[in-house]
Amino acid sequence: MQRPKILMVDDEEDLMKTLVNRLNKRNFKTTGVLSGEEALETIKKDPFDVVVLDVKMRGIDGIETLRELKKIDPGIEVILLTGHASVDAALDGMKLGAYEFLMKPCKIEELIEKIDGAWEVKTERDKRIRLAEIRKTNASAKL
Amino acid sequence: MKNVRYIKLQRKIIAITLLVALTPLIILGATIYFQFTVMYKDKIEEQIKYRSSAHAKSIGLFLKERTAILSAMADTHTLQELMDKNNLLRIFKIMNTRAGAFVDLGVIDNKGLHRSYVGPYELTGLNYYKQPWFAEVMNKDVYISDVYMGYRQLPHFIIAVRRQEGLKSWILRATIDSDIFEGIVRSAQVGKTGDAYVINKDGLFQTRPRFKGGILSESNLDTTLFGGTTTVNKPINDTGMKRLYAGSWLKNDKWLFIVSQDVSEEMSGLFATRNLEITIIVLGILGIVIATVFTTRMTVTHLEETDAKMNELNAQLSHSDKLAALGKLSASIAHEINNPLAVILQKTGWMEDLLDEEEFRQSKNFEEFKISIKKIEEHVERARRVVHNMLGYVRKMEPCLEDVDINKTIEQTIVILKNFAGINNIEIKTDLSTDLPIISGDQARFQQVFLNLISNAIDAIGKDGLIEVKSRKVNSRINVSIMDNGPGIAEEMQSKIFDPFITSKEQGKGTGLGLWVSYNIMDKLGGAITLESKVGKGAVFTVQIPIVYPEKK
Ligand SMILES: Nc1ncnc2c1ncn2[C@@H]1O[C@H](COP(=O)(O)OP(=O)(O)OP(=O)(O)O)[C@@H](O)[C@H]1O
Ligand SMILES: [Mg+2]
Repeated sequence: MQRPKILMVDDEEDLMKTLVNRLNKRNFKTTGVLSGEEALETIKKDPFDVVVLDVKMRGIDGIETLRELKKIDPGIEVILLTGHASVDAALDGMKLGAYEFLMKPCKIEELIEKIDGAWEVKTERDKRIRLAEIRKTNASAKL
Repeated sequence: MKNVRYIKLQRKIIAITLLVALTPLIILGATIYFQFTVMYKDKIEEQIKYRSSAHAKSIGLFLKERTAILSAMADTHTLQELMDKNNLLRIFKIMNTRAGAFVDLGVIDNKGLHRSYVGPYELTGLNYYKQPWFAEVMNKDVYISDVYMGYRQLPHFIIAVRRQEGLKSWILRATIDSDIFEGIVRSAQVGKTGDAYVINKDGLFQTRPRFKGGILSESNLDTTLFGGTTTVNKPINDTGMKRLYAGSWLKNDKWLFIVSQDVSEEMSGLFATRNLEITIIVLGILGIVIATVFTTRMTVTHLEETDAKMNELNAQLSHSDKLAALGKLSASIAHEINNPLAVILQKTGWMEDLLDEEEFRQSKNFEEFKISIKKIEEHVERARRVVHNMLGYVRKMEPCLEDVDINKTIEQTIVILKNFAGINNIEIKTDLSTDLPIISGDQARFQQVFLNLISNAIDAIGKDGLIEVKSRKVNSRINVSIMDNGPGIAEEMQSKIFDPFITSKEQGKGTGLGLWVSYNIMDKLGGAITLESKVGKGAVFTVQIPIVYPEKK
């Protein structure tokens, strides 16, 4: 089965790098960046399936980044990482179309579970989009 | 026991009040008494003086009348006529019917020879030339003698008038009945100690006094002390008893009429008044003292109670202030701790991942590494729980409002715990009031509080026991009490039990935050949690929830 391409966004470098390493070791294709701006740059150049996004960051914060990401690629799935103080922000993020949020510190297993969930949703939707497109081309072919 | 401070305060108030209240009372009492004494004494003196002068007047009148009738007889008769004994007897009789009190009557010629006499004694022919009064009468025309013994050897006094007939003069002389005279004098005696008598210039008794002394004996009164018409004197006599003497001069200042009285007898009225006054003042003082002590006691006791209440309130206030400050502080600490915890957790996770690689599996300390990493993860988890519990309360400062059915919330909470309790053979009974109103509040918070309290009860009991959860509407509150039959909580622990990090559980098992968080939640909602417990008798935690009715939509 195809593995999702993951973008890890967190301004805490130690955390971000370790998570990237651990995910890659589990056969995910993960890239890490340290800020929302970088994340937006990266996504413009190269499409990703799932973004793991820290809510509280220096520069543009997670929620703002989420909004921009969805503009660039509406099909992208976002998992928010939050501290206790930003739970409310995370809930706002869900309304903006984030897939799920996780409270820090969290276990890698939980994160992977959420990533898998998000990937499933995304592949499911992509499949439906593809089928719809096939139906559409078939219909136009009949004409 | 009363605090020394309050006893001192009480004493001070009592002392000042009594001083202020009693001083004027005593001064007033003393002044009134003093003034009254002076007035009373003046009045007594006035009275005795009046008695003396009034009686002196009547005694004077008595003597004047006798003298007048004697003079009249002498004027209207010649010596010749008077020498006739029958005539003399007739005159004597007239005198006694008109004036009375004459004992005898005699005529004496200028040689002092008693020429004629009517009376009970045999005095005819006696010569008075040598008698002292004889010379006086010859000089003065009218003469009243002092009391003397005379020929008859009985105390008596006489009135004599001289008449001139040509070259010869003669004397008509009468003796006054001492008993009658004394009777008049004595009529001024009053009371038990009152006396009245006459003394002459030398202080000799002219009438018999009521007490001590006989006629012509020494009265020991200094007559020079008495001047003018009527004077009052208070010489101290030998018994030390004060007596008043009011003297009025009679008979051209030759006799002194004395009215005397023991001061004490006259003063008895004053003493009665004084005793009455003292009684009233003493009763007044007693009343004031009792009232002062009583009211002061009451005031000080009230003050003490109020102080105690204030102190308690202050202690409570500072306690909840402390808890609130701690809440803010720990919230910020918790946030700061969370990030490093996340890093530690991931780093150890990374090490764990790497350990799975082939080369490490060969290492002889492979197992040790694995165990250490597991331990680190365990302790990070522990720290995470502490922070999580703390933030559980801090997280959402403003509660979301929804319609809450407290009974339903309790039941849901119990469902969560029932399994765990059942394993340990702990029964959870409910006694829920059916008339609780639906209130407006944050259900998750109430659930958090109930969860904390019930799981504390389960933990406290350990195995085999009973927990009873009761809900009641009490006035404007809903009281939910969680009662267990566990070991209870020692008195000295009860005041600290709501502080953070107080736990009796072994390391890593309890955070000691459950009660603190619950307390803060209820405090924020305007409610409270109270505790009643005795060691060995279990514990009852009561959650008091203020009833806030939902807004009608
Ligand atoms: N019903 C009870 N009976 C006896 N002791 C109690 C009861 N409830 C609480 N305690 C005591 O109060 C302490 C503090 O309770 P609290 O809920 O604050 O923390 P904890 O239960 O120790 O930790 P945690 O709630 O994180 O598990 C407990 O450790 C226990 O000793
Ligand atoms: Mg507890």
